[in-house]
Amino acid sequence: MANETNEPPTSPPDMAFEPLIRVQSERIVTDAVVGPLTGSGSVGALVTFTGYCRDEGGRLKALELEHYPGMAERQIAKIAQDAASRWHLLGCAAIHRYGLIAPGEEIVLVACTSAHRGAAFEAASFLMDFMKTRAPFWKREHLVDGSVGGWVEARDTDTAAADRWHRL
Amino acid sequence: MKLAYFAWVRERIGLAEEEVELPAGVVTVEDLLRWLKGRGETYDAALQAPEIIRVAIDQEHVDHSEPLAGAKEVAIFPPMTGG
Repeated sequence: MANETNEPPTSPPDMAFEPLIRVQSERIVTDAVVGPLTGSGSVGALVTFTGYCRDEGGRLKALELEHYPGMAERQIAKIAQDAASRWHLLGCAAIHRYGLIAPGEEIVLVACTSAHRGAAFEAASFLMDFMKTRAPFWKREHLVDGSVGGWVEARDTDTAAADRWHRL
Repeated sequence: MKLAYFAWVRERIGLAEEEVELPAGVVTVEDLLRWLKGRGETYDAALQAPEIIRVAIDQEHVDHSEPLAGAKEVAIFPPMTGG
């Protein structure tokens, strides 16, 4: 990607890496994702976040994740590009599962690397906030009694968490 | 134009996608939601509160004021709950 001439000189450079974006039904193997991100001597910090399916006090048999194929990958890639334009990252990965996910299994993984910890911490948090509000996924509960429960409602706290980045 | 529905919008309408010919006067996303809501009980049930409905044109999020001109695929869905 060419440098834009209208970019202020203090902004991070255009992405020097290709973010790893995956939307998959299979389990996420964190070590396999993180390994390639941390091989180089320039990386001083790795921050990962993994979101897991809860059993909601024993009530839940599984979460079903519906997604919009194509748009999901596209929106996650845009979020990763936004993160890379705001912070000096050396690498990042964002992987989201769909289909039936049992309690204790992972739903989402984000991983960011940078020279110093601040950028990786903030970028990982930013990625998660926007994965929740901009990536087209919807959760539905499957209950232990065999019934299919309702769709999970969006939380105002998630919207507020994403909105706070606009004020920074 | 192709319309795609997801989550409880899809369930209430009873379709995952359909092809529609837009009538004259349906210019923006807001117009489209109002027109769809009047197409029958299932549409009315799905679009009872159009203000909370999210819309994407050709896989990009848009506001309800967005014009539909040139759109190939319009997706209509509830607020997202991934992550």
